[in-house]
Amino acid sequence: MPSLLEIKDLHATVGGQEILRGLTLTVEAGEVHAVMGPNGSGKSTLAHVLAGRPGYAVTKGEIRLQGKDLLEMSTEARACEGVFLGLQYPVEIPGVSNMYFLKAALNAIRSHRGETELDAIEFLKIAREKAKLLEMNENLLQRAVNVGFSGGEKKRNEIFQMALLNPTLAVLDETDSGLDIDALRIVSDGINALRSETRAILLITHYQRLLEYIVPDKVHVLSEGRIVKTGGKELALELEKSGYADFEKKDAAAMTASA
Amino acid sequence: MATNTETAETIRSLTGEYKYGFVTDIAAEQAPRGLNEDIVRFISAKKSEPAWLLEWRLKAFRAWCAMEAEEPAWANLRYPAIDYQNAYYYSAPKSDADRPKSLDEIDPELLATYEKLGIPLREQEALAGIAVDAVFDSISVATTYKEKLAEVGVIFCPMSEAVTKHPELVRKYLGSVVPYSDNFFATLNSAVFSDGSFVYIPEGVRCPMELSTYFRINAAQTGQFERTLIVAEKGSYVSYLEGCTAPMRDENQLHAAVVELVAMDDAEIKYSTVQNWYPGDENGKGGIFNFVTKRGACRGRNSKISWTQVETGSAITWKYPSCILQGDNSVGEFYSVATTTNLQQADTGTKMIHIGKNTRSTIISKGISAGRSQGTYRGLVKVLGGAENARNYTQCDSLLLGDKCGAHTIPYIESRNRTARVEHEATTSKISEDQLFYCSQRGLSQEDAISLIVNGFCKEVFKELPMEFAVEATKLMNVTLEGAVG
Ligand SMILES: Nc1ncnc2c1ncn2[C@@H]1O[C@H](COP(=O)(O)OP(=O)(O)OP(=O)(O)O)[C@@H](O)[C@H]1O
Ligand SMILES: [Mg+2]
Repeated sequence: MPSLLEIKDLHATVGGQEILRGLTLTVEAGEVHAVMGPNGSGKSTLAHVLAGRPGYAVTKGEIRLQGKDLLEMSTEARACEGVFLGLQYPVEIPGVSNMYFLKAALNAIRSHRGETELDAIEFLKIAREKAKLLEMNENLLQRAVNVGFSGGEKKRNEIFQMALLNPTLAVLDETDSGLDIDALRIVSDGINALRSETRAILLITHYQRLLEYIVPDKVHVLSEGRIVKTGGKELALELEKSGYADFEKKDAAAMTASA
Repeated sequence: MATNTETAETIRSLTGEYKYGFVTDIAAEQAPRGLNEDIVRFISAKKSEPAWLLEWRLKAFRAWCAMEAEEPAWANLRYPAIDYQNAYYYSAPKSDADRPKSLDEIDPELLATYEKLGIPLREQEALAGIAVDAVFDSISVATTYKEKLAEVGVIFCPMSEAVTKHPELVRKYLGSVVPYSDNFFATLNSAVFSDGSFVYIPEGVRCPMELSTYFRINAAQTGQFERTLIVAEKGSYVSYLEGCTAPMRDENQLHAAVVELVAMDDAEIKYSTVQNWYPGDENGKGGIFNFVTKRGACRGRNSKISWTQVETGSAITWKYPSCILQGDNSVGEFYSVATTTNLQQADTGTKMIHIGKNTRSTIISKGISAGRSQGTYRGLVKVLGGAENARNYTQCDSLLLGDKCGAHTIPYIESRNRTARVEHEATTSKISEDQLFYCSQRGLSQEDAISLIVNGFCKEVFKELPMEFAVEATKLMNVTLEGAVG
């Protein structure tokens, strides 16, 4: 059995600048991994590269999802294969209702899997169920995608989408930022409910607090485009105390040494 | 009729061969190329029109001759000069014998589009102009329709029929909103108008159904110089649908229609259009030149006229549906989506003329440009001195798909009353990479993502369309923009 996600020696550039510089990471089915690291270290870049965002060029390395070469696939093909990215900054689509958007998305994914498309009534039933799980106000389902949503509502909407689309790999980029304490608990409960033997979750976060709600199997520290340390959930606590300074220095030293 | 045929023959013998003739075998049913008083007389005679109408046409023709230098050049449109003497101004509707017999004889590309729009087979046949008896008995459809309308006293018939059956009404209102000397294209239309619709809603009647030109497809081919007149008497209401979402093929390149609406006290007219004439190919070859004058007069107190248009066709569009808000408290509305792709050009917008007190107008314009096309919104809001407390709200949004197209917004505001309030908002945006990425990350293809975003952009206008029309317009948008973004 291949690992659910296998990233090997990944190098990627954005705007002509190399951001990921030899990143290696393996996540098994059923696991939750947290990725932490200083601002600008490349966390969101990693998330976008996984999702196949245009403009992010992979110059070296490989990414496999359940053994399949992700780099060969278009953005939408990856989504249909089960890659879900919860965005750090969810996007607004004026005039398009959340329901309509998600029904189109779910049906695109279903038809890719050879399943029948859902009609409006069947869809609504599932959507209501998932909305309940996240204690999401039903009027947010009728409103235009993310338009006028508060920061927290946007984040909750991302997890609602994840619940609907049932991904194999969920990459959640700072889903916790902007959530108030109650929302953090509700969203975390939602994510926990979505933990499953057949799914892997990559949690990108700055805060140890989230990891108290969603206990990760592993914590990675990303610095200057590569994973510089991996540990258990206690690593997050350590980071909270001492910050990233150590890793950055070490990393710089490593680079000079190798040069 | 024999004399008419003779006239045609005579004129034909004088003008010689048809070098570019299209329907040569029924040439007698067609006036020869060119425009002069004889052609105007020929058209009028063909329709057995009363003398007053012929006189009116001739006055228009003479006015048009004097205007020749006044073909509007102010619009943001580039097209080769039109040689008006090199066009045809009358051709009778094709007889059944000349129509295609089955869909096998229809351009497969056109059929493919019908398919994508989900148009039922029998309707496809009707749209493609297949002989009536080969398709279905449209006469009976029209008859039930007519009976229902007759019960409440609504008149809905081709203009040519109205001229003979209701001459007093036609005479009273024809040219009362768009006078024969109004502008170059309207004047041309007045001289040579072919046919169109006539609608009369009596006092206090709420028209029991939406009136659609669609039901008249086989009843009368309206031709290139369509003339429509709708009169809503006191307290009446009508919703009128013009066109249909299926692409309309027409060999005539020049179209110059006129639409006049009259709303009396407390009357309301809702006029919805889907314009999908042939836009030409991706190199800008072919395509209809569409120069339309549409104007509504809110004559009565509390009257309301609402224009909703979805424009996706034609190579050139020149069109400004307007409202003259004469009656106190009258309301004018304009909701528009204008889409241009390939090399299409559209210069479209509206005029709201506030004359009465407390008159209100709303303008929502959505322009979508793709390919190398150019879209221009041109709107005038004019408040006259007596229009106490007039209100206008204008919102113009443009969406660019790609970077070789253009969107332009040209608002003119003239206010002569201090109590009036005129608001204008304009935005220009592109479909953002963020939006496209977000959609494709959720599994949508690029094309589905674009159509989703575009339909969202048009939402405020689509929701003004009658239900089935709105559904069709959404599909139409998808088909129109298919492949528009590479
Ligand atoms: N389009 C771009 N052009 C040039 N540089 C870019 C571009 N996008 C991102 N970068 C740079 O790549 C680096 C990594 O950015 P990224 O968003 O991945 O960081 P991050 O780890 O997610 O940070 P944060 O914790 O602040 O979210 C940053 O220095 C950023 O400025
Ligand atoms: Mg980030």
